[in-house]
Amino acid sequence: MIDAQQLTKRYGEKTAVDGLDFAVKPGTVTGFLGPNGAGKSTTMRMIVGLDAPTSGSVTVNGRRYAGHQAPLQEVGALLEAKSIHPGRSAYNHLLALALTHGIPRRRVDEVIEMAGLGSVAKKRAGAFSLGMGQRLGIAAALLGDPQTVMLDEPVNGLDPEGVLWIRNLLKALADEGRTVFVSSHLMSEMALVADHLIIVGRGRLLADTTVGDLVREAGGDTVQVATEEPARLREALAGPGVDITGRAGSEELQVAGLSAREIGLKAAEHRIALFELTARTVSLEEAFMNLTRDAVEYHGSTTVDPLETAARPA
Amino acid sequence: MSTTLTTTAEAPPAAPARPAYRVTGRRVLASEWAKLWSLRSTWITLGLGLLFLVAFGLIAANHYKSGIGSPHRDRDFATATAVSLSLFGTNFAQLALGVLGVLVTAGEYSTGMIRSTLAAVPRRLPVLWSKAAVFGLVALVVATLGAFVAFGFGSAIVSGTPAAMGFTHAGVVRSLLGAGLYLGLVGVIGTALGALLRSVAGGISVLVASLMLVPGLISLLPSSWQDHISPYLPSSAGESMFALTHDSTTLSPTAGLLVFLGWTVLALAGAGYRLVRSDV
Repeated sequence: MIDAQQLTKRYGEKTAVDGLDFAVKPGTVTGFLGPNGAGKSTTMRMIVGLDAPTSGSVTVNGRRYAGHQAPLQEVGALLEAKSIHPGRSAYNHLLALALTHGIPRRRVDEVIEMAGLGSVAKKRAGAFSLGMGQRLGIAAALLGDPQTVMLDEPVNGLDPEGVLWIRNLLKALADEGRTVFVSSHLMSEMALVADHLIIVGRGRLLADTTVGDLVREAGGDTVQVATEEPARLREALAGPGVDITGRAGSEELQVAGLSAREIGLKAAEHRIALFELTARTVSLEEAFMNLTRDAVEYHGSTTVDPLETAARPA
Repeated sequence: MSTTLTTTAEAPPAAPARPAYRVTGRRVLASEWAKLWSLRSTWITLGLGLLFLVAFGLIAANHYKSGIGSPHRDRDFATATAVSLSLFGTNFAQLALGVLGVLVTAGEYSTGMIRSTLAAVPRRLPVLWSKAAVFGLVALVVATLGAFVAFGFGSAIVSGTPAAMGFTHAGVVRSLLGAGLYLGLVGVIGTALGALLRSVAGGISVLVASLMLVPGLISLLPSSWQDHISPYLPSSAGESMFALTHDSTTLSPTAGLLVFLGWTVLALAGAGYRLVRSDV
């Protein structure tokens, strides 16, 4: 359980995190989404006490992270930036962390196996590939058998097998009743693992919702129908929970609340000829883009107006 | 509703006999001990420090002995003793040990390891105390060993000369222990500077400046000022910890130790303040 209240972080003039209020609950995977620079990593650093909030607070399992007797047993975190000494072996890195808590060596071996690092555990961590480094970070996060697992961009640099491993791991951890909090700037990745979504942009909370609700709010599942007799079709389909839109004089209708199959059957029943019957699912990606369009920090500008630039007097 | 609440409070569902881990000061010490020895740079730099201490002592003793009787004898050697010759390497060993001290703390910032370290020990200060204690103790042991070995060989080389001395000579053992203690504290100051500046280059620069450059700069001041400032500089105070003889311009060994301890505490306090106050 992570609980943020009016969490704010300012760096001089710039506000990285701006009054965030959210709760991450146990038993589900919660995705933490936002474009680059939205304040995700800063928020996660504040959760484990590496950064101090400018104002507001964040607690883990009812207490400030630093107030716990065994912090690694409360929250296991994989942070975005590398957090290892490249000269130390993976085994010694994990052992050094384990020693602070009195975690037995047996557990160090366990997480090394779990992360698939058995063959390279004695090698210098500096020689690890990006993917191996991520696996080591995840092994460190699981070391204390924590109630809450928090991973910042865990699939970065992982090969397809590694990505699949992460997905299954996250689901398994949530099924065990743990709190799982994962950040990403990729909606497609989140859609596969997360049940709950916390979406931020420019440090502000944009949505605290479920995957299903997000799609529904963004336009939901609609079916596009084209027919010669739109007015008759409207009458035939009308009913509770059904929403039909379409421009006057156009043959096309957008129907929400009915499946393509139901529409086809109804049309056949009323002997209305259909020219088109297409189910349209708003992808999560689109829903996410719509939500964060105004909050994207760094736009790639592809449309420079040449006239304006040229017309400006030198 | 109230019944469900009570049952969950009595038997948390997701807690099948979780082991009770706990961060303690002793465990943080153990962790820092393991961290120190699991890096190759530790072995190399400690080896270098020991080598400098012993080798330069032997070189100085040999140089002294070969110069005896020659008309162009170094004036510096006029007051030389077996102790001062054997401990000639202290200046070089303090560089190795001080730099390693800086690496112990600042190295964690440059690599990013500090994030793992402070996530495991979010109260932070125990990490600084443990690093300073572990490395200070290791540096003390290595330096004391080096000082005794250097004197063992050095005194054998210069026996039969005016500088000759044995372990039983008054003040010799105190001087050798003083040298070990001085170098141990230089190591602690290194760790403190590394934690204070969070940069390997910055830490080493300040260390070298305060131990080696500032004394030179002070000599530019009017001599009446020099006499008041000079004995209290880290380098002079440290030197009086292991010098065999003392005059009116230097501190006594005990006063030197106290002043040098003062500098150490000051550096540690600064490091502690920054560690607790700033984000990582």
